[in-house]
Amino acid sequence: MNSRREAQQLSLEALQSGDRAEFARLVEAYNAVIYRLAVKMMGDPQDAEDVLQETFLKAYRHLKDFGGRSSISTWLYRIATNEALMLLRRKRDIVSLDESLETEEGEQEPLQIVDWCCLPEEELVSAEAKKHLDQAIQGLPPNLRVVFVLRDIQGLSTQEVSEVLNLSETAVKTRLSRARLRLRQDLTDYFGGRPNLPADSKKGKLS
Amino acid sequence: MEHENCRHLLGSLSDFLDGSLEADLCAEIERHLAECENCRIVVDSLNKTVYLYHTTSQGVSVPEDVRERLFRRLNLDDYMDS
Repeated sequence: MNSRREAQQLSLEALQSGDRAEFARLVEAYNAVIYRLAVKMMGDPQDAEDVLQETFLKAYRHLKDFGGRSSISTWLYRIATNEALMLLRRKRDIVSLDESLETEEGEQEPLQIVDWCCLPEEELVSAEAKKHLDQAIQGLPPNLRVVFVLRDIQGLSTQEVSEVLNLSETAVKTRLSRARLRLRQDLTDYFGGRPNLPADSKKGKLS
Repeated sequence: MEHENCRHLLGSLSDFLDGSLEADLCAEIERHLAECENCRIVVDSLNKTVYLYHTTSQGVSVPEDVRERLFRRLNLDDYMDS
């Protein structure tokens, strides 16, 4: 994972004996990745900050119970995703990581076919486009969002995501696929309406 | 141009992009893509979607005030600039 090198230099023994300096190094090593996860999950800076603080408070409190069966980063990601999902649930989102896969597969969304990949890079990553990218993530149900954020934004492997979320690798892949296809559709609606797309970019629908 | 197996392949495209698909299914998709422009566009835009999220997220950093409040909340003020 992103901070594996830092993690290897941390002493679990020192952390578990309550060494403040060592804990400060842990926070230093991981606060950026946890914050990014929180921002993408919550879509709101204040909520993201709450998740960030709660993650490290809980980590400090529970370091003694950390058995070392997973890496520290996987353990921290697990605390952070639980915090994020709990906060989202409290905010009356419906979150269920055990949501039936049947409903996920039974759904047939129209697939708009527009070739927008040819748009210039500066248009695809403009401030306005970035804002839309963030909004689109927030449109995903939390159980898909969390998989997409861990896998495609944080860059964890399928196996690491399955460890963090305690899901099978097959379930991770299925959710990732659904999240990506939904976001692709959303971005197609967004970029497909650009005035400077060539007239023959719109190809219709795959239904 | 509609192909009967476009929908059928859709669920495998994500694994296809990650290179984690079994060889025979991978070959089936490649054969299909060679003759189906619509699916090529879906694959390209799916790939681009993942790429855009990845690149635009790398710049997210912790604002200085958020970092300060985190260290203070954890009673780590003394280590803030370590």
